[in-house]
Amino acid sequence: MIPRLILAAALVAALAAFPLFAGNYPVKLLQEILIWGIFAMSLDLLMGYAGMVSFGHSAFFGVGGYVAALALLKSPGPVSALLLPAAAAALAALVIGFFSIRVSGVYFIMLTLAFSQMFYAVTFQAAWLGAEDGIVGVPRPVALGLDTGRPLQFHLYLVAVVTLAALALWRIVRSPFGHVLRGIHENEPRMEAVGYAVNRYKLLAFVIAGTVAGLAGSLYTQQVGSITPDAFLWTTSGEALLMVIIGGTGTLGGAVLGAAAFILLQSMVSSYTERWMLILGLTFVLLVLFAPGGIVGALRGRIGIRS
Amino acid sequence: MPFLLDLFAQALNGLSYGVLLFLLSVGLTLIFGMLDVVNLAHGSFYMLGAYAGLTLIGVTNNFWLALAVAPVAVGVIGVLIERGCLRPLYRRGPLDQVLLTFGLIYLFEDLVKWIWGGKIRSIPPPDLFAGSVTLWGATVPSYRLFVIVFGLAMAVALWLLIERTRLGAIIRAGVFDAEMAAGLGINIQRVFTGVFAFGAALAGLSGVIAGPIQSAQPPMGATILIPALIVVVVGGLGSLKGSLVGSLIIGQAETFGKVWLPGASMLMIYVVMAAIVLLRPHGLFGRPLK
Repeated sequence: MIPRLILAAALVAALAAFPLFAGNYPVKLLQEILIWGIFAMSLDLLMGYAGMVSFGHSAFFGVGGYVAALALLKSPGPVSALLLPAAAAALAALVIGFFSIRVSGVYFIMLTLAFSQMFYAVTFQAAWLGAEDGIVGVPRPVALGLDTGRPLQFHLYLVAVVTLAALALWRIVRSPFGHVLRGIHENEPRMEAVGYAVNRYKLLAFVIAGTVAGLAGSLYTQQVGSITPDAFLWTTSGEALLMVIIGGTGTLGGAVLGAAAFILLQSMVSSYTERWMLILGLTFVLLVLFAPGGIVGALRGRIGIRS
Repeated sequence: MPFLLDLFAQALNGLSYGVLLFLLSVGLTLIFGMLDVVNLAHGSFYMLGAYAGLTLIGVTNNFWLALAVAPVAVGVIGVLIERGCLRPLYRRGPLDQVLLTFGLIYLFEDLVKWIWGGKIRSIPPPDLFAGSVTLWGATVPSYRLFVIVFGLAMAVALWLLIERTRLGAIIRAGVFDAEMAAGLGINIQRVFTGVFAFGAALAGLSGVIAGPIQSAQPPMGATILIPALIVVVVGGLGSLKGSLVGSLIIGQAETFGKVWLPGASMLMIYVVMAAIVLLRPHGLFGRPLK
């Protein structure tokens, strides 16, 4: 246990110190990986642990992003940057989850998809949200004692928030609550028969995942300085889904590895060739055919560890 | 009466869009019902059909030839994908299929950009239907009428095929319980390939027909996928009747949304779908999942 803790602390320190050794572009990539990493982790909580495959996780990413943009333009502080976006995403998840958990399987996938696309449709056509151009020129906040308008301080702030979110998720999946979720994944009728209020657990998982996704969306807005309706688009959900699957479902760390693989692959291939979508698509196809279980699955197979 | 006239013209627009969606979603729903695969790349087949049609028309200058040949070409691609990529995945979870078919979306979209370029290209309607006709006082492009008649004729033909032939009985048996059908001596693997290829060909056909109405551009496959999936869910997975009724409902919802609620037009189909799924969790004509 202790070496693991030291390893984790060293990792966080390395992430925080990264800008001291690397140029602007690698730092930007790392920040993207961290943001998408917690987004994918939150989706993995639903998919890998509770067994709820959502194709509408972009709804919360987008809500977090938009609320952060609106609030930061009014007052660039920690409430606008963290609290409001997370709370709004939690509320959205509560409402969407309330309806969506009544159905399961493909219907759950499609209902969550429909809800996220509703947000896309509304933001795409709402003049007060900048319609299809979105909201631009969003300032970075002063938060956690850091003036994040300055690049290094923003990086530290980002690493801190991401670490806290990841820790929270890690703690949750190892709590009794997390085990109940896994039980629901394995055998829902049995959990119900044993006396668990299955739907309440599912809804809570959905809200927690939505909250973290909203936080990721808010960080995204702060990093880029703008947010567009594309954040809600189904391809945003799809990419997060890919990250989780590439990394290996049901292993929070896998989601981050998946995010890193996805973003690094995209940036590497696109710097060599215009045909990056082709390469990326081909990679997914080959990955499915020849490396089932994702990166973590492949690593486990190689080293011979069982989960 | 101008209000009623406008209503009529819009209803015809919605009908032609609905018919396009039907040709797409019927393959999607059969593939799901039988193979248990949510084929995210189904929109790519639609796109490939449109571009294959574009090239065939460019070479032969004959719309009808393109309409006949392009779906066959897409069907062949369907065979290759089912045999080469999907078959190894049937025994694995649905997530692998999501990853695979999502990858195929990227792959095909970029391939089309590579071969045909990323610009919007339009397919001219055939000379026979280049004009417009006046129908009870409303002016309607005659090509749209052709699309409606053609699509409804296809619906009847499909219904006869599936409900009235031996092949159709095999397909229905496969949708109901593939394992049991295999146990009765049906070569279910071949039926799987056939259904997947047939669905792909229908999507390709839909792409060629859509060409003169919506014109061809690379993202068209990803754009049409969502309405087609919505149709499948609204109608009920695996149901031919559901696919037809769902297409007509979504076609009208989309069209009238644009006319009556221009500020929230894109919202319509999602609201309709969410309402139907919440009221009838298995869609209009679906049966509970196994």
